[in-house]
Amino acid sequence: MGACNEMNRILDKKRLSETVYSMRVEAPLIARERKAGQFIILQLCEDFGERIPLTVADADPAEGSITIIFQAVGKTTRKLAGMDVGDKIAALVGPLGTPTHIENFGTVVCVGGGIGVAPLHPIAQAMKAAGNTVIIIMGARNKELLILEDEMRAIADELIICTDDGSVGRKCLVTEPLKELCEQNPKPDLAVAIGPPVMMKFCAATTRPYAVPTQVSLNTIMVDGTGMCGGCRVTVGNETKFVCVDGPEFDGHLVDFDNMMNRLNSYKKQETTDHQCKVGTKAGEPA
Amino acid sequence: MTYIPAETLAAEAKKTWAEVSAKKEPLKPKDRMAIPAQEMPSQDPAIRRSNMEEVALGYSAEEARLEALRCLQCTTAPCIAGCPVSINIPGFIQAIADGDNKKAIDILKESSLLPAVCGRVCPQETQCQAPCTVGKALKSVDKAVSIGRLERYVADWERENGLMEIPAIKPNTGKKVGIIGTGPAGLTVAADIRREGHDVTLFEAFHKPGGVMVYGIPEFRLPKAIVQKEIDTLTAMGCELKTNFVIGRTRKISDLLGEDGFDALFIGTGAGLPRFMNIEGENLVGVYSANEYLTRSNLMRAYDKERAATPVFDSERVAVLGGGNVAMDAARTAVRLGAKEVYLIYRRTEVEMPARVEEVAHAKEEGVIFHFLQNPKRILSDERGWVRGIECLRYELGEPDASGRRRPVEIKGSEFEIELDTVIVAIGNDSNPLIRQTTPGLETNKWGNIIVDENGKSSIERIYAGGDIVLGAATVILAMGEGRKAAAAMNKMLANS
Repeated sequence: MGACNEMNRILDKKRLSETVYSMRVEAPLIARERKAGQFIILQLCEDFGERIPLTVADADPAEGSITIIFQAVGKTTRKLAGMDVGDKIAALVGPLGTPTHIENFGTVVCVGGGIGVAPLHPIAQAMKAAGNTVIIIMGARNKELLILEDEMRAIADELIICTDDGSVGRKCLVTEPLKELCEQNPKPDLAVAIGPPVMMKFCAATTRPYAVPTQVSLNTIMVDGTGMCGGCRVTVGNETKFVCVDGPEFDGHLVDFDNMMNRLNSYKKQETTDHQCKVGTKAGEPA
Repeated sequence: MTYIPAETLAAEAKKTWAEVSAKKEPLKPKDRMAIPAQEMPSQDPAIRRSNMEEVALGYSAEEARLEALRCLQCTTAPCIAGCPVSINIPGFIQAIADGDNKKAIDILKESSLLPAVCGRVCPQETQCQAPCTVGKALKSVDKAVSIGRLERYVADWERENGLMEIPAIKPNTGKKVGIIGTGPAGLTVAADIRREGHDVTLFEAFHKPGGVMVYGIPEFRLPKAIVQKEIDTLTAMGCELKTNFVIGRTRKISDLLGEDGFDALFIGTGAGLPRFMNIEGENLVGVYSANEYLTRSNLMRAYDKERAATPVFDSERVAVLGGGNVAMDAARTAVRLGAKEVYLIYRRTEVEMPARVEEVAHAKEEGVIFHFLQNPKRILSDERGWVRGIECLRYELGEPDASGRRRPVEIKGSEFEIELDTVIVAIGNDSNPLIRQTTPGLETNKWGNIIVDENGKSSIERIYAGGDIVLGAATVILAMGEGRKAAAAMNKMLANS
């Protein structure tokens, strides 16, 4: 029935890397309301399909469209990758989650790993628009897996690219330039890190000694996305929080990442197709 | 309670009915009391443990008429006072006894819009059946006239014979009403308001309408097809349904009342924010809220492992924490999903358990192991951060508390462990914050429930609310009762504006 109200038609589809796709989808109501930091829930079949949270990389309220970027690694994302322009997505729900708190902090370092660059994009955009100096660190395993480079370059006052193999930019993990920035005087006023959990964990560990406030955006397992099930819950500063309504952004210095990563693996046994989820996860080792 | 096959019950009823109906004299109260209370026929527990089909099968015609004849038609009719929507209970029961099911359903529908649902899920033993004269006379509420089963019987008779009618709708008024949430409260309000000729749009956050009747209450207790039939009736009446639409996010209350041109709104979003116990280990892998567990199995159909994309744990040893209907639903779902041992841990005794008696009996028949007067102290982790067990404390009953129930008091040093791989927390829900947070001026109490007046009107003009978002976690019938009250007030308000 959502389809009666919003057509959810795919307007454009791009392959950004081997497994990463970008789609522009007709969703006028979500496009109108969505703010940086929010996400949607997508479902491809209302009878037996699963509901998965996806980040919104961009929105065009005038056209009534949103851009979603996803990695084809699970049942639903693979099926989604197989859909074409003109096809309709059964259900898109949103925008969900609490928007990012945007203000002029001064200097904001935005760190994006792998597909995490997608949700980081609107946040970097909004931070820039609010008058911040925006330094962007983008990391990927290699050149082919780097996404949204041009879009991020257009926003950044300074752009630092890191790859695991050195095929583009510096051959290092994102935590290395992040540490260097924290050591500068003045140090950044805020860090925003979005990427694989292990990357966010080590970004938070990197900024902690320098007391640079660090926001992370969590992408956990969800069912409804409106606070009803609690499947997305995480431990933040010894309190239980729901990513879907309290988040998705939290103080990275307070998040229990190990518990969160455990919970993300809850259904590993049942999900035989999940073995490809590797982009950027190597950013895990401390620099 | 030993299981008696449905066929045996039906054959006995046939025989008894032949005897009773052969009597020339009108039945005296003594004769009525002598008719055996009719058991609800049900699926064999050994078989139903591994299927999702409805457990209670419903009365045969003879069983229904015999049960109806047990009603003394007493002039005081204490049952009516026990019903939250004041159904004319002796009236519809007399019609069944007379074999006039059409008349029975018409009487039911004067007061209840969802008889097929309420007949199945109402806690009759604490409502209409509690004060029943027959039960009192026979000194057991279990022996009261089975009003709920009779309600279900006529509602099923109507549906199965294709006799459900689309209610008459008054000429269009041009007024537009938005209903937020499609659970029992929302569906009730939609029907009552649409009948007056107003345009009705229902908003549902999930991809399927029905609220708790679809995501929460399992198929084996309330078949989805029954709920769908109610939704079909509403759409046939001309109500518009928007699923995947989250009020507070997709549109705000102020947008609906402003730009979108709604003349009035009803908020019936339920109690959708699971409560946890705040004990150690609650975020370990393998700990679910009952909401999540049931939603995965029911709405997302995880039980159909071949077809459903949504997974659920392959649990072997499960503990459900809580003693309400949701706890029973979760425990019985775990049994059906293949768990070898399912424990239900409740800190009081069976008497204090808020679940329907029939659900408790069914859970026992299906092999759920009840642990009374115990309460978890912490959930134990293995080396990977997954549930390996639970540490519980034993309790004894002390003095009555504010609810009138004897307060459980912990026995010091009584800790013991149960080995488990899954824990399901079913201790209730708080209210969902989405609408509250995005609607300035909407007054709520300290639990986040919307504050309304005696007509269901909130602190904001043209906004009404009812069901669990007002009551806290309650029942389908109370949600429906609240809905009817609010709908009447809304119709009056719209007529005068």
